[in-house]
Amino acid sequence: MKSLEELAAIRERMRGKVVLREGSGDIRVVVGMATCGIAAGARPVLNAFVEGVNKEGLTDKVTVSQTGCIGVCQYEPVVEVFEAGKDKVTYVKMTPEKAAKVIEKHLKGGEVVSQYTIAAAVE
Amino acid sequence: MIRSQVLVCGGTGCTSSGSKFVMEAFESEIAKAGLQDEVKLVPTGCFGLCARGPVVIVYPEGTFYSHVSKDDVAEIVEEHLLKGRIVDRLVYRDVDEDVKEKAIEYTSLNETAFYRAQKRVALRNCGVINPESIDEYIAMDGYAALGKVLTEMTPEDVIKCVTDSGLRGRGGGGFPTGRKWSFTASNKADQKYVVCNADEGDPGAFMDRSVLEGDPHCIVEAMTICGYATGATEGYVYVRAEYPIAVKRLGIAIEQAKEYGLLGENIFGSGFNFNLHIRLGAGAFVCGEETALMTSIEGNRGEPRPRPPYPAVKGLFGKPTTENNVETFANIPQIILKGADWFASMGTEKSKGTKVFALGGKITNTGLVEIPMGTTLREIIEDIGGGVPNGKKFKAAQTGGPSGGCIPASLIDTEIDYDNLTSIGCMMGSGGLIVMDEDNCMVDIAKFFLDFTVDESCGKCSPCRIGTMRMKEILEKITSGNGTLEDIDKLEELAKHVKENSLCGLGQTAPNPVLATLKFFREEYIEHVVEKKCRAGVCKALLNYSIVADKCIGCTKCARNCPVGAISGTVKQPHTIDQTKCIKCGACMSNCPAGAIVKG
Repeated sequence: MKSLEELAAIRERMRGKVVLREGSGDIRVVVGMATCGIAAGARPVLNAFVEGVNKEGLTDKVTVSQTGCIGVCQYEPVVEVFEAGKDKVTYVKMTPEKAAKVIEKHLKGGEVVSQYTIAAAVE
Repeated sequence: MIRSQVLVCGGTGCTSSGSKFVMEAFESEIAKAGLQDEVKLVPTGCFGLCARGPVVIVYPEGTFYSHVSKDDVAEIVEEHLLKGRIVDRLVYRDVDEDVKEKAIEYTSLNETAFYRAQKRVALRNCGVINPESIDEYIAMDGYAALGKVLTEMTPEDVIKCVTDSGLRGRGGGGFPTGRKWSFTASNKADQKYVVCNADEGDPGAFMDRSVLEGDPHCIVEAMTICGYATGATEGYVYVRAEYPIAVKRLGIAIEQAKEYGLLGENIFGSGFNFNLHIRLGAGAFVCGEETALMTSIEGNRGEPRPRPPYPAVKGLFGKPTTENNVETFANIPQIILKGADWFASMGTEKSKGTKVFALGGKITNTGLVEIPMGTTLREIIEDIGGGVPNGKKFKAAQTGGPSGGCIPASLIDTEIDYDNLTSIGCMMGSGGLIVMDEDNCMVDIAKFFLDFTVDESCGKCSPCRIGTMRMKEILEKITSGNGTLEDIDKLEELAKHVKENSLCGLGQTAPNPVLATLKFFREEYIEHVVEKKCRAGVCKALLNYSIVADKCIGCTKCARNCPVGAISGTVKQPHTIDQTKCIKCGACMSNCPAGAIVKG
């Protein structure tokens, strides 16, 4: 390697792989991965979030994590979005396609996709 | 796409408690669960909490699992990685209650009392990155400082930055690093050298090992920066052969750096060349002394020589040489990147930055801690270290190993920095911190360290070779109950002579444990001599076992267990111990069902 640019390129390429360990994300996306969640298809949803967040370059801002049973099994897969200073948003009956939309609108644009939320489902 | 990372500690502490098997188990369990594309397994350096090893951290949750055995791995993979349920029974529990509440949710290691008060500069990458991956180091801003130095700064700028930061040598002496560099820089020569002292010899100290194991690239980077600043093109790392993991990872780091062109010729196109070599030491304590270390690198018997000339004038192979300790170097890249002011903002007036301590002895959390200078001993022991276990009372802390002194309980609020420690007759040393409780005999501690220096004295100068031996003999006399009050005075006088007249740092500091214990615990020495008593019950010759007649039930158990037949008495009558026959093995005491036997 002979230049600073090459060093910066390696840094950029590797950044996404270590940023996970800093836990610096302002936004936490938590996917319910209990038995009910997995049975309802939480795995593809989780993977869609991980891939989408990486693809959109949101790794510095968003941490994708998993948790156990959230408690509303009939609405699985459930995804909750936590953001400091804001109310948590609970998305229900998620699919990879819906995940893509949440990434686009909510995580990138800061706009809650209200038709996927639990409030909408209950009505 | 990786969504989760499992970090398994591969430091020496956790390796010896079985982290290698944990690593292998993770590998097979992750594959079995079909998660190899989603979960990444990363071996790292030391996390610091060695007492709880093997240690595993799972990200992004940052869950901190301690005492993980290979049999626990299947459960972690099944529950945590697959189903997202934290395995509660393995999570490291803090003593702090309000953290415990939160612990159910996240249990991130940064929230535990052990880590909360720490400030990690030298250890910033230890336990975070894979030490065998240069790419991960670069991702954490690695080699950016070197890039900045070679493309934007003159050697003078670099030295000024290090000087302004107030960084002082972390090996023990505390000499200002910037000044050391400027001495070498100002000497003209056809060849100059940079030497990294990784000959960590204090019993119980393992700071340097952990840096080399956990973040070897930072030493490579810092030494190259030092080479540029002082005009050196060759560097040597002198590391003990007893540190096989450190040696291996440093070797890998050097190879990777060469491959990337970060070592070798024309680095960053600046025209600057630098090469790095490893030299293995055979584990002689004296080789930690700078002149002995260089003599050893040259291939000769490791013996010190008089200074001046200092290494900056005439060092390795007779050329100007800068020699720094591992931890000193570990601070350099951060100082360059974040600036001298950032570093100088931490610590006290004359001691800037942080210091790494290897916490050991009678303390709940043994391990590695990095704290800002000026933190009190009380905070280190009670908050970070979790206090003295088993409800015992804190008696003293020993710092600086065989070259250091001790801080008694009365001075527990001392703010730790170079000058405060020196002013109470102690020494920062390289960072060993051994906690002692009421069961430790201070005379015995002094004898222990002197035993060590007598063994390790190279024998070149007589004050050290003969003086330490005579001191040890006096201490043996005192602990065996044959000492006189004159012996204590003689010991003190001899200690001062050895300190003043020895050739190198080893001899000059060898009497410190004796002088410090005499200063703070003289009454214990006097007790040994006058009352023939060791209050801690450590010095065997001064112990007496006796039977309390009121409590003795006459069961004859003690008499039957005594290996020398020193106990006599009739059944159901109180027994007695014949002190002339007793060998003080304690078998009677451990066998007595009535607690009737006392020692003292």
